[in-house]
Amino acid sequence: MNGLKYIFAGVVFGIVMVKSEAVSWFRIQEMFLFESFHMYGIIGSAVAVAGVSVWLIKRFKWKDASGMIMKPIERPLMLPANIIGGLIFGLGWALTGACPGPMFVNLGAGYSVMIPIIASATLGAFAYGILKKKLPH
Amino acid sequence: MMFIGSAFGVSNNLENICCMLGAEKVSDHFKFDLKERLPNMLFIAGTLIGGAIAVFLLSDGSLTVEISENTKAHISSLGIPYSEGLLPLTLFNWNALGSISGLLLMVGGGFMVGFGARYAGGCTSGHSISGISNLQASSIISTIFFFIGGLIATHFIYPLIFQP
Repeated sequence: MNGLKYIFAGVVFGIVMVKSEAVSWFRIQEMFLFESFHMYGIIGSAVAVAGVSVWLIKRFKWKDASGMIMKPIERPLMLPANIIGGLIFGLGWALTGACPGPMFVNLGAGYSVMIPIIASATLGAFAYGILKKKLPH
Repeated sequence: MMFIGSAFGVSNNLENICCMLGAEKVSDHFKFDLKERLPNMLFIAGTLIGGAIAVFLLSDGSLTVEISENTKAHISSLGIPYSEGLLPLTLFNWNALGSISGLLLMVGGGFMVGFGARYAGGCTSGHSISGISNLQASSIISTIFFFIGGLIATHFIYPLIFQP
């Protein structure tokens, strides 16, 4: 039963992503062509909502379901990884028109062609796991 | 997800799939306790259901994305027809996997999404939304480079693949 809230959060995310069209290849093209405010509005509001949440969590030391004080995960600065990995991710994002979340949402929305895309992304994550020690971080 | 006591991020689910398929045998990178990552996996399962509900229950099964006229003109100049639906099915379909452009977009693009996200330490959800909202330098820099990568692909690689 404890897991239901995570599934529910995913369901809401999926619906919002489709209804806001953020999972659309067309919208991603438009965003990178700077032809519409649409995607910037969505990303901007998501960051704003998350920003206020993070501030509230820190300010009032909110506790999670198990009674632990919540703390946003710290992602350490690793310049080469953030830059090179970021560039590679960005290229793939525009080529597929989807980042990892929307890939799964689109699959749920009936686009079975997401299966080879998700499989390729999984292979990419696997390749990173293998090559990790040889890459600059 | 931060509200419910776990680090939100979608792309680590790709590692979870690797782990389930036994990748720990080839790299220690995949040695972790899947139980700790259960929230993110349940979340991803939920997004599948959410996507289905949005398309099949909350609309009549077809969606039309009203992008700007200039974007429509741009993609049709590349020979990509604007169509209804969330994505252009002429580019993204199973048969297209047999063409060079289809392989580049779906297999090449997909691979880069997975590789790049794990290398950069997160994707749009983990870095661009969770990380930036917490004002983390690594997330701000990663997001800037996500964008640079996307701009390069849109303005240079697409025209190269689909020569107008």
